[in-house]
Amino acid sequence: MKRILVLGANSAIAQGAEREASRQGDALFLVARNEEHLAQVADDLRVRGASQVHTLAADLTDATRHEAILDAAEAALGSVDGALVAHGVLTDQPAAERDPEVLRRDFDVNFLSAASLLTHLANRFEARGSGALVVISSVAGDRGRQSNYAYGSAKAALSAFASGLRNRLAKSRVTVTTVKAGFVDTPMTAHVAKNALFASAGDLGRAIYRCFDKPRDVVYLPWFWRPIMGVVRAVPERLFKQMKL
Amino acid sequence: MTAARRIDSWGRVLHARQLPVPLAWRDVSLEALPDSSLLAHGLGRTYGDGCLNDGGALLLTRGLDRFIAFDSKTGILRCEAGVSLEEIIRLALPRGWFLPVTPGTKYVTVGGAIANDVHGKNHHRAGTFGRFVRAFELVRSDGRVECTPEKNADLFRATVGGLGLTGLVTWAEIQLKPVTSAIVEQEVTKFRSLDEFFALNQEADHKFEYTVAWIDGLATGRSLGRGHFISGNHAPADLAHPGKIRAKPLLRVPFDAPKWLLNPVTIRLFNTAYYHRQLRRVSRSTTSFDPFFYPLDLVGEWNRIYGTGGLFQYQCAVPPQSMREVIRALLVEIARSRQASFLAVLKTFGDLKSPGLMSFPRPGATLSLDFANRGEVTNALFERLDAMVEECGGALYPAKDARMSPARFRRFFPAWEEFARHLEPRFSSSFWRRVTDAKGARA
Repeated sequence: MKRILVLGANSAIAQGAEREASRQGDALFLVARNEEHLAQVADDLRVRGASQVHTLAADLTDATRHEAILDAAEAALGSVDGALVAHGVLTDQPAAERDPEVLRRDFDVNFLSAASLLTHLANRFEARGSGALVVISSVAGDRGRQSNYAYGSAKAALSAFASGLRNRLAKSRVTVTTVKAGFVDTPMTAHVAKNALFASAGDLGRAIYRCFDKPRDVVYLPWFWRPIMGVVRAVPERLFKQMKL
Repeated sequence: MTAARRIDSWGRVLHARQLPVPLAWRDVSLEALPDSSLLAHGLGRTYGDGCLNDGGALLLTRGLDRFIAFDSKTGILRCEAGVSLEEIIRLALPRGWFLPVTPGTKYVTVGGAIANDVHGKNHHRAGTFGRFVRAFELVRSDGRVECTPEKNADLFRATVGGLGLTGLVTWAEIQLKPVTSAIVEQEVTKFRSLDEFFALNQEADHKFEYTVAWIDGLATGRSLGRGHFISGNHAPADLAHPGKIRAKPLLRVPFDAPKWLLNPVTIRLFNTAYYHRQLRRVSRSTTSFDPFFYPLDLVGEWNRIYGTGGLFQYQCAVPPQSMREVIRALLVEIARSRQASFLAVLKTFGDLKSPGLMSFPRPGATLSLDFANRGEVTNALFERLDAMVEECGGALYPAKDARMSPARFRRFFPAWEEFARHLEPRFSSSFWRRVTDAKGARA
């Protein structure tokens, strides 16, 4: 049994991971903004076999609460073996082009709040010499594209941050896994027509949960995004900038 | 941004365009939804247009897939309406509980099972799915109501079997049944004629919890109505071997088969081989619940073997007084048409009353067959079958139907006017508009 803290616990991908954790009888501490939805998720996980489910409603962009959230999780679970950083919003690209305030606001959610939480978690895990961090980033962060670069640049920052953190903690027993998720069929992508590249949140969640058992450095989920993004990254910029992406 | 797009039902005969609206949480309110007409859509296993809403919106309920509470002492499960029967089995079977009633596929949602008041191989003992629904929440334009057989009983009776037209079911509470094992002790008996079927059936209904028969829809003359009688009981064994629960099909039909694949010759070959595959008259075996209840679930997207034209399933019920003669007459007509495919199922319904105003199951026998869509020829056959079903006071199953006439719908479901008083004004379906079309009713 593991004790896992989930930040952004109401997201469809996080719920997929939480369900797998529940099947294994893990103890969970869930943090998300919407209290009513959080209670619904918690009920579901209890039925699915979670040994404990604690919830805390919080807006994670309020960095002044981050230490208190971690204190609460440690107090409720006794100790935290692993943390999943899963919160995020898909930025409305045209809106961000019209109004940089949209960009700032979403950057706060997708990068700054995550980096702050990861810093606190890393410091605590490093001090005691154990812990697994799993961060949900995106293939959108691998290269800026005109259709999605507001979101992509925040995820690029998050991927770089996780990479640096992994480097810093390499000598300790703390692991950092960057999950680069491809297209996932979730409420976040409800408005997009689905094609064969879309994965289910349940399948993705199960794969993410495995990163607590077998930590890896960078995982592409589903796996086929690794070669796809290899190609996308290899295109020379003078060609790339002409493409309709 | 979001646009209407084509979403098909299982039969793939009718094509409808509708705005997909995925639901993720049960605190949905109708004001927040698009202005067009609405209809809940789960796993889309309805064969015809019952789960379609051409020109309107479909509320995709698979995001409502959370459990709410499960008491493993009483077997009472409360869950959201988009939870599939497969997910319920996965949760409950290892704890000694099973679905009280299950249709021939586990890939249907709880909401869909309620809306079509589905039945299964134990109808003679248990009745329909709706009899085990203890409560549900219905979201309507005038707010949310909790319905039980006692509380808001009118709305409960209208919603069970109500084809999703009374509003959005967000959660339901159902009574599961205790089982000793996930293993089924199965007995398969070959029968040479329809008379033999009825004799076997009468005996088996007392001995077996589950009964159903596969019929060779192409056999004629003295072999008319030959087939295999399949019966089973849960094994008394312990639960140490819960059996494999398949989350996904074993294999998938990768593309639409060409039209010529299924023709009278290939189907006759298949049916004859299948009929004779069992040499002894009676064969007993033990099997996991999965192949026993859900043999077709092993093949994903099996509807594609009927090609791009799609398939019809014709399922009727005929009353007990005339069932022997009418089933025989239907089979004669079907065999003569040489259009039947290999999927043909015959089962008797018991006397337990269905709780829904519009529920299809009623005492007597039910026959269901798949037909590849061959256009006018197929339609002409269905017209002849409809006339026989109508004359004996039977009915067609709306969940399977893509073409019954408005006039016949009204005769098959005389409670439809009472039902119509409970319709949620913002909800509609392609099926409902078709069968209540005033022009068609006069024709």
